[in-house]
Amino acid sequence: MIPEPAIDRLAAMFRTPDLTGTRYEIISTLGRGGMGVVYLARDTALDREVALKIFDRPPGDANEARIIARLEHPGIVPVHDFGELPDGRLFYAMKRVRGDRLDRWMSVARDLSECLAVFLRVCETVAFAHAHGVVHRDLKPENVMVGEFGEVLVLDWGAAAADIADCGLRIADSTTIVGTPHYMAPEQARGDAAIDQRADVFALGAMLAGIARGVAPVAAIARKAQSADAALRYQSVPALAADVNRYLAGRAVEAHREPLFDRVARVVRRNRLAILLVLTYLIVRVMLIFLFRV
Amino acid sequence: MRSDSAEVRRSAFDAMVAAYWKPVFKYVRLKWRASPDDAADLTQGFFMRAFEKDFFASFDPARARFRTYLRTCLDGFVANARQADARLKRGGGVTLVPLDFDEAERELSRQAGNAIADYDAYFHREWLRGLFAAAAARLRDDCAARGRRDRYPLFEAYDLAGDDRPRPTYAELARRHGLTTIDVTNELAAARREFRRFVVEALRQQCASDEEFENELRGLTG
Repeated sequence: MIPEPAIDRLAAMFRTPDLTGTRYEIISTLGRGGMGVVYLARDTALDREVALKIFDRPPGDANEARIIARLEHPGIVPVHDFGELPDGRLFYAMKRVRGDRLDRWMSVARDLSECLAVFLRVCETVAFAHAHGVVHRDLKPENVMVGEFGEVLVLDWGAAAADIADCGLRIADSTTIVGTPHYMAPEQARGDAAIDQRADVFALGAMLAGIARGVAPVAAIARKAQSADAALRYQSVPALAADVNRYLAGRAVEAHREPLFDRVARVVRRNRLAILLVLTYLIVRVMLIFLFRV
Repeated sequence: MRSDSAEVRRSAFDAMVAAYWKPVFKYVRLKWRASPDDAADLTQGFFMRAFEKDFFASFDPARARFRTYLRTCLDGFVANARQADARLKRGGGVTLVPLDFDEAERELSRQAGNAIADYDAYFHREWLRGLFAAAAARLRDDCAARGRRDRYPLFEAYDLAGDDRPRPTYAELARRHGLTTIDVTNELAAARREFRRFVVEALRQQCASDEEFENELRGLTG
């Protein structure tokens, strides 16, 4: 019979990774991502803190680390190191980012424009990944970090599907259903074989819906991005971002058909100064005409 | 257990019985205060009825853990058996994997005195004990088959040590086995890697779906 202390010890072996032979020491647990646990660790060789992701089991042939390593972008946390633990599990070390997860960051009262600015940064990163053949497949506020210095990082690429022929990365098995229900496109939830960037557009739409706060044009953009039929969504993340940018610039958005009064009010708001100048000019002109007649 | 093939279903059922019969026996002994013979009959009867009636076909991993579901079925079964006041007969045309109730009883007596406040936690722990015991036995056989004569004894002495005597240091183990401490470190690391693999494989075999497996694995890795 396995004695009591041994059960605790063996269970701990599963919970706490054995880092013998690596340059890392676990400090604490940062959280659980898809397919593994992320620890705060110390890199003893360089004496710095890193985030260490350790997979529960060999997942997707370590694609996540290789995918991230391929995607060099300010919105994606750089990978420092990759290897195998004595117990056979794979890990990778990445830069430790200090900040708040987007869901927590948004729990503080913030301006809509501030939230949309962060959202657009997420869009930029995701669009960059799409341009490199990578679909994230698990975008949600919990997977976005807003750093101390305003940096916006998209995390947890464990569910990503890649189609990067030149480096031999396999396309993740899209029939394996991964993702988070509220943010998951219908075709992804069904396990359809053809998952493309529009699945991420859907997830971004779900995130935008959480930001919209009843503002009609933004809510309309979110609705369009979340169309059940992928063909009715924005066909790319830049197209979605462009509509958000149009809203921020005070222009009409594609997704929203405005009532006449709203349209006039928006045009007036957007051209306040010009309208004020014209009105002032007209008033002065009328006054001058009136004075000269007298 | 949902396969169309009777052979596959039977094999999955045997694996399930192997993983759960001891927790079931001990649970019936302690929670239902059954005598050793009654607990053995109820354990046999429960698994036979489960196989005949296909109890576990309606298990939905999205709603509960398999252990919780099994325990709910077991409680219902024992309550009914008690109500009918009928001792269950062994046999009935179905031969289960051999169950060593005497060994389970000896384990119980060694655990005597441990107060059980939470039967759910107790059942989980006994299942975990069985899972680890099976993986350790597989590691022992694997090491023997591959001629790794020091690996399992080192693992047993260090990682399976109880609290009846102090756990040896790596240096002590090295002296006992005529190895260097680096050899001990390497052997133990290899043993743990294999042990972990066997546990994960056993877990995979016990689960009916990928979803259930992922949940169980997460439960194990925290």
